[in-house]
Amino acid sequence: MTDTTTAPPVATGPTVPPPQRPKRRLGDVIFSRLSSGSGFLILIILAAVAAFLLVQAFPALVSSPEVLKTKGYGEFWSWVLPFAFGTVWSSLWALILAVPVSIGIALFITHYAPRRLARTLGYIIDLLAAVPSVVFGLWGTMTLAPATQPVYQWLNTYLGFIPLFGGEASGTGRTLLTAAIVLAVMILPIITSLCREVFLQTPRLHEEAALALGATRWETIKLAVLPYGRAGTVAAVMLGLGRALGETMAVAMVLSGNQVINFRLLTSDNPNTVAAMIAQNFPEASGIRINELIAAGLVLFVITLIINSIARLIISRYSEFSGAN
Amino acid sequence: MSKRIEVKDLNVYYGKFKAVEDATMVIEPRAVTAFIGPSGCGKSTFLRTLNRMHEVIPGAYVEGKVLLDGADLYGADVDPVLVRRQVGMVFQRPNPFPTMSIGDNVIAGMRLNNKRLGKAEADAIIESSLRGANLWEEVKNRLDKPGSSLSGGQQQRLCIARAIAMQPDVLLMDEPCSALDPISTLAIEDLIQQLKESYTIVIVTHNMQQAARVSDTTAFFNIAGTGSPGRLIEVGPTEKIFSTPDDQATEDYITGRFG
Ligand SMILES: Nc1ncnc2c1ncn2[C@@H]1O[C@H](COP(=O)(O)OP(=O)(O)OP(=O)(O)O)[C@@H](O)[C@H]1O
Ligand SMILES: [Mg+2]
Repeated sequence: MTDTTTAPPVATGPTVPPPQRPKRRLGDVIFSRLSSGSGFLILIILAAVAAFLLVQAFPALVSSPEVLKTKGYGEFWSWVLPFAFGTVWSSLWALILAVPVSIGIALFITHYAPRRLARTLGYIIDLLAAVPSVVFGLWGTMTLAPATQPVYQWLNTYLGFIPLFGGEASGTGRTLLTAAIVLAVMILPIITSLCREVFLQTPRLHEEAALALGATRWETIKLAVLPYGRAGTVAAVMLGLGRALGETMAVAMVLSGNQVINFRLLTSDNPNTVAAMIAQNFPEASGIRINELIAAGLVLFVITLIINSIARLIISRYSEFSGAN
Repeated sequence: MSKRIEVKDLNVYYGKFKAVEDATMVIEPRAVTAFIGPSGCGKSTFLRTLNRMHEVIPGAYVEGKVLLDGADLYGADVDPVLVRRQVGMVFQRPNPFPTMSIGDNVIAGMRLNNKRLGKAEADAIIESSLRGANLWEEVKNRLDKPGSSLSGGQQQRLCIARAIAMQPDVLLMDEPCSALDPISTLAIEDLIQQLKESYTIVIVTHNMQQAARVSDTTAFFNIAGTGSPGRLIEVGPTEKIFSTPDDQATEDYITGRFG
């Protein structure tokens, strides 16, 4: 095959017909233009956002600490670090809470629940995704925080020797853990519905292979469903994480965040997140402060980028065994 | 190791639809029994009732008895999971676990039985099973490569190795060669001849020559028309079925005068 295409053209005279150009159909042309156009559009938008962030953040990044101390929020990196920490820390706990539950619900829907219950659950999950984040924020401050406060108090009293639960328990319940729970509830629908789609894709053939070896239902899931869906599950978790990292409204309402690095989950001295901090400070900011806030946004952007790259790395390490070949 | 199967008055259903009606037969140990018949007559369905794989389909159930050396597979206190560990199955399309290495594929079933399989023990089982499936020489240097990196015929033999690693009493094969080329098909047929020394083997095939070549007993299934259940028409020694069958429908089918 390769030989015929790479062989130099031999002068065999008029017996060789001129190569025919494949006929181009209008529908194909329109479709290919449209789809490649959309592809470019996404790149352009991303480039525009990145350019905006870089250009606007630049003055804050190059200003001397003295200038920032008098006109801004202070030296940039030490100022932004607590917020970056708060972002990652709260999102991490949101993931720890949400991922097992999401995978559990997705497995229940795809492999355990009777069909009608599965469909109802699916609708409810999708409905949850449609609730605006302000509503989650209100629910978090007004219902969840007071309701969980006694639990926090209990954890603090009896398990306070574990550093995570140490310190002085918050009297309002508006703690980092509350924020993480709210975030977990918010990212649950997206992780669940993506995982459900992924688990449904498991080839019947592989599940039957496991069953025929005498696997129980859970063993079938471990042998066939979860490994086959590994890449998809990681992608689902990453989308959820992306949402948690960038969530502004709910965190701003639940957390009375400060500029601290505090690993304790139950105190009232909580690190704020980058997104919530920007939203809270932007209305009053002017001059170099605006640049600083935008630079903080750039930091958030970079954090997300790094985490996504790590996820890609994890997926590609297993790609040989992904079942795609 | 090898056990005798007796099927008595078996009806097989998919919900309300009766797919196989009133099947009664004996499957002898240390022999190959072939199921032949037109498409849709219920061969696969019947085969899958022999290791209770039928019931994993929602709404599917059976009536009647299947006895494995006298013990009813459908007894009230019988765990289908344990039945499937005794009665192995090879499918029409090769289905090694794509996320596992060749070696791990072979012992996937063993791992379920015996979680604490030692390394030396695992290696021994991998080698003996792969040798049993005539695959050892081809893969011994790449046991850690994914199962899906093999050719179709090799994958099918890997699936056979995975099934015999469990040391089952019976091996069921549903058209194991239909996705393979003639050379791989011959390799599998040779393998079946070796395996029947130690296992009861049941094979579904659409290939008359294959049934004639590999089997000792042949069972012919037929269907009266769409929507009606499949029936076991005739079962007997393979030479007899292919030379002087009792039933006219059997003769029509094997001589190609069918339908
Ligand atoms: N999962 C299922 N749900 C409902 N009906 C089914 C299912 N699988 C098979 N059937 C029906 O049961 C009947 C027997 O099917 P089966 O697959 O056993 O036939 P077969 O003899 O193996 O055919 P082939 O030679 O084409 O593989 C067919 O009418 C088929 O439509
Ligand atoms: Mg079939």
